[in-house]
Amino acid sequence: MNITEKILARASGMEKVCPDDVVFANVDKVMIHDVSGPGVIKVFEKLKKQGINVDKIWDPSKVWVAEDHFVPSADKISAENIVKLSNFTKNYGVEKHFKYGMGQYGICHTLSHEEAMVKPGEVYVGGDSHTNTTGALGSFACGLGHTDVAYVLLNGKIWFKVPETLYFKLNGKLPEYVMAKDLILKIIGDIGTEGGAYKAMQFGGSGIREMSVESRLTLCNMTTEAGAKNGIVEPDQKVVDYLTTRGATNISLIKGDENADYQKIYEYECSEMEPIVAKPFSPENISIVREAPSVELDKSYIGSCTGAKYEDLEAVAKILKGRKVKIRTEILPAAISIYKRAMENGLLKIFLDAGVTVGPPTCGACCGAHMGVLAKDEICISTTNRNFPGRMGHVDSQTYLSSPLVAAASAVTGKITDPRDLQ
Amino acid sequence: MKGNVIKYERDNIDTDVIIPGQYLKIHDYVELASHAMEGLDPNFHSKVKEGDFILSGRNFGCGSSREHAPIALAHSGIKAVLALSFARIFYRNAVDGAFLLPIEIEMDAYTNISEGDEIDIDVSNNTIKNLSKNQTYKMKPFSKIIGEIIKSGGLFKYKLN
Repeated sequence: MNITEKILARASGMEKVCPDDVVFANVDKVMIHDVSGPGVIKVFEKLKKQGINVDKIWDPSKVWVAEDHFVPSADKISAENIVKLSNFTKNYGVEKHFKYGMGQYGICHTLSHEEAMVKPGEVYVGGDSHTNTTGALGSFACGLGHTDVAYVLLNGKIWFKVPETLYFKLNGKLPEYVMAKDLILKIIGDIGTEGGAYKAMQFGGSGIREMSVESRLTLCNMTTEAGAKNGIVEPDQKVVDYLTTRGATNISLIKGDENADYQKIYEYECSEMEPIVAKPFSPENISIVREAPSVELDKSYIGSCTGAKYEDLEAVAKILKGRKVKIRTEILPAAISIYKRAMENGLLKIFLDAGVTVGPPTCGACCGAHMGVLAKDEICISTTNRNFPGRMGHVDSQTYLSSPLVAAASAVTGKITDPRDLQ
Repeated sequence: MKGNVIKYERDNIDTDVIIPGQYLKIHDYVELASHAMEGLDPNFHSKVKEGDFILSGRNFGCGSSREHAPIALAHSGIKAVLALSFARIFYRNAVDGAFLLPIEIEMDAYTNISEGDEIDIDVSNNTIKNLSKNQTYKMKPFSKIIGEIIKSGGLFKYKLN
């Protein structure tokens, strides 16, 4: 069995599982946020009317809550959703609630690793499609809707069809100025937005071992854009060190069998990779940055679970140090812990000296919710994960997806720019 | 199950156009329905009727896990979406929440069924009859668990073996 199959077998009490088997897996961790939380509360209200007991949830210690999509509260409805969420965690005894304005808080997927909420080998589900991100720590991490999350909260388990696994063997090391974001855009460009549908996308090879944990998180994050059920990396000492410094204990390293089956194996030479953008209106619509259209950009957005981890901000600072931005540029660190490190290490000063506005952690404009959404005909380069019509605002706005380095270099020139070509 | 078809002849209809992100804070199902398909077809709300079906291409519902997407369609009156393929979270949300039927179709149904056609979906025989054109197409059968959850009326009514 490969790692995904091993985790699902263990969680469902089976000795062996195969692709297409349907299992009911016991869940180790579950996450809701300020969009899926109120959705789950609504499901609970419906169930109560049907006579189903919703007075208790299965295990409050395995549940954690983030406030990220509409904080700071965009309007009355979002403010009320936050109050609903607070009442929910109070009533059900959920202690791990990361609240806006009370110390550590941030984008749910970022907290999953910054706060070591999930460990290798665990089944982790969340009420958000980019839950896949956390598979980079060696967990089975999968996004679900409100009804399914409500089911998990009440029963502690959920059904899965065991996925086929696509194995991406990454060889060697990414060149300077090329990031994991470029690689995952290249992969999505190659296999398409349906190329990983219903499947596990596993990343391995020497390229993965060279990569930091945060780079692996970027890869797994965007497996969602290929339609995958989960993205996953076999954990190693880097994961152990990463989680240990964030307070985790008893970390076990789980690996697939030597002779494990994969539906298909893809091979990538990391040294041959180049900076990539995904043009409007699909993450699969890729171009090498040096061959990208010469459009006048209106804005550079550096934020989200995909592109505002500490490593991402360090990359941006490398470009912006001693330079000025030519277009509106926003940087929204993905969690308060990252914001604080950026302050302590002088990154915020570099950003502010460059003319950038630094905002609070939020999903904000990435999902077109608030805080910097795009107007009609505005063109944005963004470190986020989707560029469907209207994703970041007006349906006639345009988003180019890129790495933090490309977004920063483009902020300096006002055009889509390969960081290697900056003067 | 009979109804008329609203056809979107394209692939990758994503959750951002089914229900744009700015409405995710809304959890009133009727209000959500008033914004259904707003990112693609601003006339959807005025033309959709109770019992209608949507017909579309590959990877319907790709993108976010927002259950708002099947909810907005279902509360607009849509009883089934027929598509060449579905994105996974939309598919399971539609089934587990018992909002609407996701029907996987073949190319002949996709090309031959036109906007406004009246069709009859027969899930027990895995067939779709086009009453307007007097044609019959096959639908892909539901997998065992999906069929059982649909028959039960959603995941919460589905009894574990």
